[in-house]
Amino acid sequence: MVEVFSILVIALLVIAAVAPGVLAPGDPLAIHPLQSFRPPSLAHLFGTDESGRDIYTRIVHGTGASLLIGLSATAIGVGLALLFGLLAGLGPRWLDFGTTRFLEVLFAFPGLLFALLFIVVYGPGVVTSTIAVGLATAPGYARIIRSQVRVVRRAPYLEAATVLGRSRTSRVIHHLLPNVAGSLFVLVTLGIGQSIVWASSLSYLGLGAVPPAAEWGAMLSAGRTYITSFWWMTFFPGLFIVLSAVVTTLLGRSLQQRLRSS
Amino acid sequence: MAAALIGEAPPRSRRRRRWLPWLLLRLGGVVFVLWAVATVTFFAIRLIPGDPAEAILGGPGSQTSAEALAQVRAEYGLDQPLFFQYLHYLGRLLVGDLGRSYALHDSVLNVIAQNLGGTLLLAVVSLIVASLIALALAAWSTRGGRVAASIGSLLEIVAAAVPHFWLAISLILLFSSVLGWLPPVSVPGPVGLVLPVLTLALPLSGFLGQVMRESMLDAMASPFVLSARARGESENDVFWLHALRHAAIPAIGLAGWAFGALISGAVVVETIFARPGLGRSLLSAVQQRDVPLVIGVVIVVALAYMLVTTLTDLADRLVDPRLRVDAR
Repeated sequence: MVEVFSILVIALLVIAAVAPGVLAPGDPLAIHPLQSFRPPSLAHLFGTDESGRDIYTRIVHGTGASLLIGLSATAIGVGLALLFGLLAGLGPRWLDFGTTRFLEVLFAFPGLLFALLFIVVYGPGVVTSTIAVGLATAPGYARIIRSQVRVVRRAPYLEAATVLGRSRTSRVIHHLLPNVAGSLFVLVTLGIGQSIVWASSLSYLGLGAVPPAAEWGAMLSAGRTYITSFWWMTFFPGLFIVLSAVVTTLLGRSLQQRLRSS
Repeated sequence: MAAALIGEAPPRSRRRRRWLPWLLLRLGGVVFVLWAVATVTFFAIRLIPGDPAEAILGGPGSQTSAEALAQVRAEYGLDQPLFFQYLHYLGRLLVGDLGRSYALHDSVLNVIAQNLGGTLLLAVVSLIVASLIALALAAWSTRGGRVAASIGSLLEIVAAAVPHFWLAISLILLFSSVLGWLPPVSVPGPVGLVLPVLTLALPLSGFLGQVMRESMLDAMASPFVLSARARGESENDVFWLHALRHAAIPAIGLAGWAFGALISGAVVVETIFARPGLGRSLLSAVQQRDVPLVIGVVIVVALAYMLVTTLTDLADRLVDPRLRVDAR
C-alpha cells in the first residue's frame, strides 16, 4: 500500500515536471499587484505571494527544476562515490588505504559544512549549490559502495569467473557491477529526497536558486522575510519538499526490503 | 544477500588490539585529518577570485587607495609567496591563532568563543531530547504489535525527511501564531530554547529511532534474549535490561553523524530563530565571504567532530567487549 501511494505521488510529480500546464494551466510568473498576499482560498488554493502570483501554479511549475536539482546532485554524489568506492574496493591495498583516508578527511567536514565551503569559493547560485550538495553527500555513499564492493568481490561466483580466466574488466562489468547495481539503485532513490532537502535548505538560506524563478527553494527564500505574517508563502513549497522526500524515501525503503528478502 | 549490507557499517575488524598502540594510532589519525582539513581549506580559499586585501577593506567596489591595499597586504602577509603564507598559517594554527575576521574586526578565536556556548547548549539539549523520543518511538513500535510497528516506522521516515527550516516554520505557526504559547524568536532562557530544540531534535529522533528499532528487533530474536527468557525473566526485564542495551551500541556509532546533522541544523535553526551561535556566525561569514572566520569555524567543527568520533570509538570498545577479544 505504501509502495502504491509513493509511486502514485511520484507519478504526479513527474507529470508536474514534464507537463505542468496539465495540473496548473495558469502562468507561474503572471503578476497581479492587486491580489498580493492573499491567504489560501478556493480561488488561490495555496494563496498568493508578494506580487500576487498564484503559489499553487508556481509550485507545480517549479517541480521540474526542483526535481532536476535533486536528481543532478544525487547523480554527482553517487557518480563520485562510485568512482571512489570502486577504487577503494577493487584497487590494491595502498589505493584502498589512500582513498579511505581521503574519505575520512572529507567526513571531518560534516553535513552542510563542505557545501558551505564550496559556496564560499564559487559563490552562491543554482549550479554551485547543486554541485555542493553532490560533493557533500559523496563520501557517505562512497563508504557504503566500498563495503558493498568488498563483499561482492569475495563472492564465490567472482572466484569462479577468475578461475574460468575472465579478464579483470569483464569481471567488473559482467559480474561485479550488476550485483552492486541493485543496492546502488536503492541508494539513489534514498538519496534524491535527501538531496532535495539539502538543496532547498541552501536555497532557503539564500545560497541556492534565486527568485523570481518558480523553484521550491527559491520560493522559500522569497517567503523567508514573511514567515510570521504570510506563512503560506513558505509552508506550501516546504510541504512539497517534504512530500517528495518522504515518497522517495518510502520507495527506497521498500525496494531495500525487497532486495534484502530476495 | 549482498544487499543486506546497505546502510550498515562496514564489518569491524575483530583483531586483538592493545590499548596503547590503538590510542597512538587514533591520535595520529586525528592529527593527520586536522592537518588535511586545514590544508584543504587554505588552498580552497585561495581559489576565490578577487583580491583578499580588497575584501578586507570592504569588498570590490569600495574606493581604496593603492597605499591602503599595500598596507593591508603587508599586515596580513598577503605579499609573501604562497608557500610561506601556508607555513605561516600552519604555524599560527599550532599556537591556536586563527587570525582576524574581515567583517567583524575581531579575532576569530574571540568570535568563536562568544558563540560556541549557545550552539553547544542547543546541540546537547537537542541530542538528549532526540534520544529520548527515539527510544520511546523504537520501544513502542517494537513492542506494540504490527499496527504500532508500521505507524512507528512511518513516523520515523517522515521525521527524518522533514527539513529543519520547514519544521521550524510549522512549529512557529502552531505554537506562536495559532496557540500563542511560545515566542517566534529565541529569547534568552529556557522558554526560548523550546522551539529551536524541537526543530533540531525531531528529525534526528527519526534517524535514531530507525536504527534503534532495527537493533532492538535483532536483539529480541538473538540467543541471549532466548536464554534470558529460558531463565524465566519477565518479558519486561528481557526488553529493558537486554534488548535496550543492545540497541544503544549502533546508536552510539551514529554519534559522529548526529554531530554533523546537529551542526548543519544549527546553521538553519539559529538563523530562523535569530539565536546567536556558531551556525549563524558561519552563515553570515559565508554570505560576506569572511574567509578567516569561515576557516576558523570549519577547523573548530572538524576538531570537535574528530573528538566526538574518537570518544565514541573509545565508548564502543568499553561497551562492546567483542571488540576487545579474539572473536575468531
